[in-house]
Amino acid sequence: MKPFKGRDIISIRDFSREELIYILKVAQKFEKQNKPVLKGKILSTLFFEPSTRTRLSFESAMNRLGGKVIGFADAAVSSAAKGESLHDTIKVIEGYCDVIVLRHPVEGAARVAAESAGIPVINGGDGANQHPTQTLLDLYTIKKEKGKITGLNVGFIGDLKYGRTVHSLADALSKFNCNLFFISPDSLKMPSDLLEELGERGTKYTETDDLNKVSRYLDVLYATRIQKERFADPIEYERVKHSYVIGPSLLRKTKKDIIIMHPLPRVNEISPNLDKCRQAVYFKQAHNGVMVRKALLALVLGKVK
Amino acid sequence: MIDKKIRIDPIKNGTSIDHLNPGTALEVMKVLGLHDTGIVTIGMHLESKKFGYKDIIKIENKELTQDEINKITLISPHASISIIKNFNVEKKFEVMLPKVIEGSVKCKNPKCITNIESVETKFHIITKSPLKIQCHHCERHMKKEDISLL
Ligand SMILES: [Zn+2]
Repeated sequence: MKPFKGRDIISIRDFSREELIYILKVAQKFEKQNKPVLKGKILSTLFFEPSTRTRLSFESAMNRLGGKVIGFADAAVSSAAKGESLHDTIKVIEGYCDVIVLRHPVEGAARVAAESAGIPVINGGDGANQHPTQTLLDLYTIKKEKGKITGLNVGFIGDLKYGRTVHSLADALSKFNCNLFFISPDSLKMPSDLLEELGERGTKYTETDDLNKVSRYLDVLYATRIQKERFADPIEYERVKHSYVIGPSLLRKTKKDIIIMHPLPRVNEISPNLDKCRQAVYFKQAHNGVMVRKALLALVLGKVK
Repeated sequence: MIDKKIRIDPIKNGTSIDHLNPGTALEVMKVLGLHDTGIVTIGMHLESKKFGYKDIIKIENKELTQDEINKITLISPHASISIIKNFNVEKKFEVMLPKVIEGSVKCKNPKCITNIESVETKFHIITKSPLKIQCHHCERHMKKEDISLL
C-alpha cells in the first residue's frame, strides 16, 4: 500500500481493494473522534460549479478536525471567469493552503489540478467522470449497515446510463466480488463499455427492467434520480417514472434486512413513506460523507499515524 | 532482407515503412504530413509472405520521431521500420505500442479537459489486441475505430 500522505484523491480506480478498506477503517475511527488533528491546516474549496452538500460536508469535516477553510462556491467569482487556465489558478492557490478540494464541470479537471499542484488535491466531482468521495461514502455506508461488502447482492435502479455515482460504485464493488443487478428501462441501461469491463474482471451481473424479478435477492438497493431532461420522448418519461418508484410495499418482497440507498437529492424515486422504515439509510448515507472526508483530509495531510 | 517482389526502387537514405495493413498507406502519409516534404514512394496492396497483402512507404531523407512511430503503430500495429543509410538497412524494427501515448491521439469526449483547455492528451493502453485505450484525464475508453490522430 502506498503511503497516503501527500496523495491526491482523484479517481476511485486509483485505489486497490486493500487501500479502499483502509480508508473505510480510518473513517470508522473518525465516527466519534473530533480531536483537532488538522489545527493550523487550511483547506481550499474551489467549486467551479455549485454543489452545496459536497462543499458543506468537506467544510464540516475540516472544521470538526480543527482546520480552517477558504474558497469559492461559484465559478463566476473566480479568475477562470476572466479566462485563466485551471493550471494557473491552481499554481496560485496552492500557495494559500495545505489541501485543495476541486469541483469542476469539465471531465479530467481534477487530474490536471493534481498534476499542477504540489499539495494534495481531492476531486469533489469532475463532470460526468468521477466523484470518489461519494463512492467512498457509499462503500462506507454499505460496510457500516451490512457489516461487510464482499459477496453482497447489490441492485442499482433508475438512470444507469448517465449516473456517475452508479458507474463508480459498480466499479468499486467489482473489487469485492459483489453480484450486481442493474434495473432500468431499456433507454437508461448501463453503458456497454462499463459492462464489458465488469465482465472482463469476472464480475457477475444481471440486467432487467423489472425490479420484482430480482428484489428478493438483494442485500442493497441503490436508487438514482431519473431526470426528465434525459428523455427525448416525454411520454416515455411519464411511463417510466412510475414504474421505478420505491415505497414501503417493496419491502414485502425483499429480504428483511435489505438497505435502500440514494445519493440524494431525490425527486420521486423514493416515496417519503419509506423514510421511517429502518431499511431506508439514505440520510445516514449523506451524513457518512463527513466521516469519509475527515478520514481523507487527515490521511493526505499525514495526520493519521 | 529485401523483399524480391517489391516493385518500387530502393532509396539511398531515409526510412522504409513496411508491412502496413493494406489500404492504410494514404492515412499514414496524411498523419506524417508527407505530401510536400520530399520524395516519397508508396506501394499499395503488394503481396506479403507474412500477412497476405501489405502497403509500403519509402521516404527519402527522413528519420521518424517517436511520436510519428506511435501514430503509425495506432494505424497499423504490425508495421516494421527500416532506417536506410547509403542503400543499406542500418536498423530494422517492428513498431511497438508504448504503455502510454502522449500527445498523438485526440480524446473522443468533447467534455474532456484536453478538448477544452490547452492540456496535452495522454492515453493508457488497456489491451493491445483488440486495441483499447483509456484517457488519462476523463477516463473514457476508446477503441481503434474511435481513435483520431492529432
Ligand atoms: Zn479524455
